[in-house]
Amino acid sequence: MGSARAVIVSMLPGIGSAVAVTVYVILLLAVESQAAIAALLAAGVIAVLAAVRFGGMARIGRSFAEREDALHVVIVLAVLALTGFFYEDHFVLLLVATVIIYVIACLGLNLQFGYAGMLNFAGAAFFGVGCYTAAVLTRNTPMPHLLILVAGGVMAAVIGSLLILPVLRTRSHYSAVVTIAFALLFKIFLEVNDTLGGPQGLRVDGMNVLGWEFNDNIEIGDDFEVAFYVNYIVVGLIVLALAFTFVRRLERSWVGLNLDAIRLDETAAACFGLNITRWKITAFTLGNFLIGVAGALYAMMLGFIAPTNFTFGDSLILVSIVLLGGIGNPWGLVVATTILIILPEKLQVIQEYRFLLFGAMVILILLFRPEGLLPRPLRTYLPGWQPK
Amino acid sequence: MDVGLFGQYVMNGLMLGMMYALVAVGFTLYFGVLDVINFSHGDVLTVGAFAGLATYLGLSEIGVSWAPAQLAGVLVVATVCMAVLGAAIAKYLVLPLKAAPPLNTLLLTLMLGTVLHEAIRLFYPLGANPQRFPPLLPTQAYSFGNFTLRIDNVMLLLAGLGVIVGIHLVINKTKLGLAIRAVAQDEETAKTMGINFTLIVLITFAIGSGLAAFAGILHGLYYGEINFAMGLLLGVIGFSSAIVGGLGNIYGAIIGGFLFAALQTIGVVAMPFPSAYKDVFAFTVIILIMAWRPTGLISEKISERV
Repeated sequence: MGSARAVIVSMLPGIGSAVAVTVYVILLLAVESQAAIAALLAAGVIAVLAAVRFGGMARIGRSFAEREDALHVVIVLAVLALTGFFYEDHFVLLLVATVIIYVIACLGLNLQFGYAGMLNFAGAAFFGVGCYTAAVLTRNTPMPHLLILVAGGVMAAVIGSLLILPVLRTRSHYSAVVTIAFALLFKIFLEVNDTLGGPQGLRVDGMNVLGWEFNDNIEIGDDFEVAFYVNYIVVGLIVLALAFTFVRRLERSWVGLNLDAIRLDETAAACFGLNITRWKITAFTLGNFLIGVAGALYAMMLGFIAPTNFTFGDSLILVSIVLLGGIGNPWGLVVATTILIILPEKLQVIQEYRFLLFGAMVILILLFRPEGLLPRPLRTYLPGWQPK
Repeated sequence: MDVGLFGQYVMNGLMLGMMYALVAVGFTLYFGVLDVINFSHGDVLTVGAFAGLATYLGLSEIGVSWAPAQLAGVLVVATVCMAVLGAAIAKYLVLPLKAAPPLNTLLLTLMLGTVLHEAIRLFYPLGANPQRFPPLLPTQAYSFGNFTLRIDNVMLLLAGLGVIVGIHLVINKTKLGLAIRAVAQDEETAKTMGINFTLIVLITFAIGSGLAAFAGILHGLYYGEINFAMGLLLGVIGFSSAIVGGLGNIYGAIIGGFLFAALQTIGVVAMPFPSAYKDVFAFTVIILIMAWRPTGLISEKISERV
């Protein structure tokens, strides 16, 4: 692997880009005036275009490919630094936590159609299953809250398994209608039934791990207070790190290879003896599990959930994130989620028009850059291997 | 249950079924010629209804107040505008993605639907609120016990039936219909026989979108109200109907539309749970049917391509 010096040199572009992006995001979140935000956004776009033009992007990509694990640590540190900078700003920290939770959910979706090629237009419904599980369990049972995260995921996977049979038996458009029907069915069900709160929704208790109340601000000394969202950011980061590592390992393993084969050509994969049913069930269930975990965490953070959070439109936003980021590339998800969640909140001008603009943006991407912002790189087995 | 109430439910179910069938026929036409799902179809319907409403307001403004003239104006303007919109969607958004994976087209049209109904919400005056749709048909009603027969409902039903028969004739009896069927069956062969593929696709999209506009006006006249978000549910129901009937088959789509309306009506009338669950019931049955017949009740005649 070369000397320590070579290691550091190969990591430099990655670290440099991480620092630059962190500083940029901090600036973006800190400034208030709309003109300054617009200027910053323009500067960001120009910087990225310049980096692409002069080969900086390629160098950063190579750096990440070579030193992935070490750079993951750098990125976690960067998020923590960001959190530390805004330690008492509730709104900004809520945004950061939301981004983290959405990335977890999109990782699940990515497993399903990034790798296995299974359409799932009910992402928000499975997210909702996680949320409602958390709501019911925190209010009615003494179950430890970390376990509730798992329970949310398990419930989503179990409910998803009801759809397995129709999804497996149908193809492309036909299977899309199964998930779309489920997404609508789920929201209507939540609205009309009484036990789960109906249209008014449910309250959810905040997380409590070993007596540590997550929904209280952290007070250190007399006059130093840290917003309670920091708790959720830390837990979210841990879950995200686990989920991310899991998805990356899965992608690299022969399981991921099988999933890729099935997505690219089901008939050919079956001819080579792959058990299509088994791998599709695996991908669908694991994906729903991740979405459900994200939902449970989200519910406990917000403290209140209602059916309007889980509309078909929200499912579409999840799908757009995966597509915008570059189908099958977990890093793309992080970038796309950050853009899609932070941009409308900061740029108040577009807040009202955000669905219109999202829609138009996705249409343009599909027409002109269907592989997404960060296309999925070729599968590599040796660190630093480059296609000739 | 007495006969009058039963008749009322049947009448209501038939009206809903007619609307769903009209929407489903559009889906199935698009799928037939291009093997794509145009998910903006439901929102094209909404735009059509709003275009009709705007035409009505415009006509009232310039002093045309004779209801049949207004109705004719509303129908013509809405149908023609949506036909143009449909052809434009096909030309600039759907055809360029012909070689891309089907998921891309599906997503693109879903997003287009979002753009369309958001545009209504933001740019139509007070578009976020439900809009009153004028009653342009005679509103006499005859009561038979519990059953109230409204003249306008009968007229709507007959008009819908007429349009469906018209589509049937166009598809089966005209040269245009022959070309559409040829393209649906085999694009390459149709091209070698001198059929202008792009033109046929555009015409098919125009027909489908015109149908959607008609269904939108039907919806407005029947309920007396339209809103920007009505297209999503109608679109999904129409899509489900087309799928359940078997994509690419017009009769399947019509059967599917009436089947869905029947399921909703059964959900209201004959099931032990509250009537608010009717859509949950209908969608559950749709999912079950999909598990039982994965390519719909009347399945496509295609061979597995390897």
